[in-house]
Amino acid sequence: MNAPSSFAAFIALIKRDLKLSYRHRNELLNPLLFFVIVVTLFPLGVSPEKNLLQTMAPGVIWVAALLAAMLSLDTLFKSDYEDGTLEQLMLSPHSNALLVLAKIISHWLVTGVPIILLAPLLGLFMFMPAEGISTLMLTLLLGTPILSLVGAIGMALTLGLNRGGMLLSLLVLPLYIPVLIFSANAVDASMAGLEIKGQLYFLGALLVLSITLAPLAAATALKISIE
Amino acid sequence: MTDASAGLHVKSISCTRGYRDLFSALDFQLRPGQVLRVEGKNGSGKTSLLRIMAGLAQPLEGEVLWQGQKISHAESNYLEHLLFLGHRAGIKYELTAMENLCMAKSLHGSKADNGIEDALSKVGLFGFEDIPCGQLSAGQKRRVALAQLFLTRASCWILDEPYTSLDVVAVAMLEKLFDEHIDNGGMLVITSHQPVTLQAGEQHRLVLPKTQLEPLI
Repeated sequence: MNAPSSFAAFIALIKRDLKLSYRHRNELLNPLLFFVIVVTLFPLGVSPEKNLLQTMAPGVIWVAALLAAMLSLDTLFKSDYEDGTLEQLMLSPHSNALLVLAKIISHWLVTGVPIILLAPLLGLFMFMPAEGISTLMLTLLLGTPILSLVGAIGMALTLGLNRGGMLLSLLVLPLYIPVLIFSANAVDASMAGLEIKGQLYFLGALLVLSITLAPLAAATALKISIE
Repeated sequence: MTDASAGLHVKSISCTRGYRDLFSALDFQLRPGQVLRVEGKNGSGKTSLLRIMAGLAQPLEGEVLWQGQKISHAESNYLEHLLFLGHRAGIKYELTAMENLCMAKSLHGSKADNGIEDALSKVGLFGFEDIPCGQLSAGQKRRVALAQLFLTRASCWILDEPYTSLDVVAVAMLEKLFDEHIDNGGMLVITSHQPVTLQAGEQHRLVLPKTQLEPLI
């Protein structure tokens, strides 16, 4: 007998999902393009004036990142649900929450991390100063995993529905709003030379909370969805 | 294991779909070395019954017991002994047969002595290991899913229409595998619209929506 270890399954699932994303890399580009296009259109649509763009930058970049993250949620469980692999995940003897966490991590690696890496470039487009850009990346680093984790709950709940997209945004957006407020505020404050520890601690607390609870909630929701 | 609770016990379950009753007060027990063939017309609830037995769906009433314990309670224990293959094969089209089976192996564990290449050559996919499953034919995709049967150490197999799109040779190979599994004290629940001819074990038939098992041999 060769008992499967939960950790090995966790790693194998992350690897599998990364491999799948690599073979579908065109789909991954959509949310990223959206992110870049929205931000670059602002100077054209509003005004190319430096001060105005600088004031708007934290909010605009964060809103675009948030919407891009929401767009990318669709790929999280859908294909697994449709081809029956989700059933097999739920029937494995390992903790479902652990496997769901593996899926969320690989999803974040291919959607969240590129957003973080693109952000400095967009910050430059918007005339953000260096300290603003570093805070922007820090808030994205803390914030985008929360978006993936919380989004996974919403996605799991709406998986079996035909037109789940609308419901998904209604479910998930209210939970995204604290992340948006604290992150944009932190970037604003750092550009004004103020202390930002408070906002970062709050984001950190939200991240810890969602890492511990979101996989459990999403796993339970998936169980209901596949019935 | 010879005690009364060994195996899978379906205890007076009923199931509805929409406003339609599929079956009610269904009660039977499946012991090691037994085969259950679930038959019935399209829409009679075969798949629903199998999904309830696998713990993927909840019955309206009643419960399913494994070794005398509710499958939802002793869950991890039951899932270690269960292999369920549904209508949807659970195969990723973008991954090769090899990669698909590697994943299945790390999810469900396997017999130490059986390698993936070995399993693939047994289902007649030797030479197709590195081709994405999306490029295989329907029958070959099915064979990739069924290769799990050669890897698994599960004792309770629940198979929903495993013969779909398989050729005669593959069906014969599967039946031989089923016979071996039953002879080794395994359990098999199977639905099929094609004839199933197994030699080994004690075979029962359940024709939905009837609630009594009929012995076949």
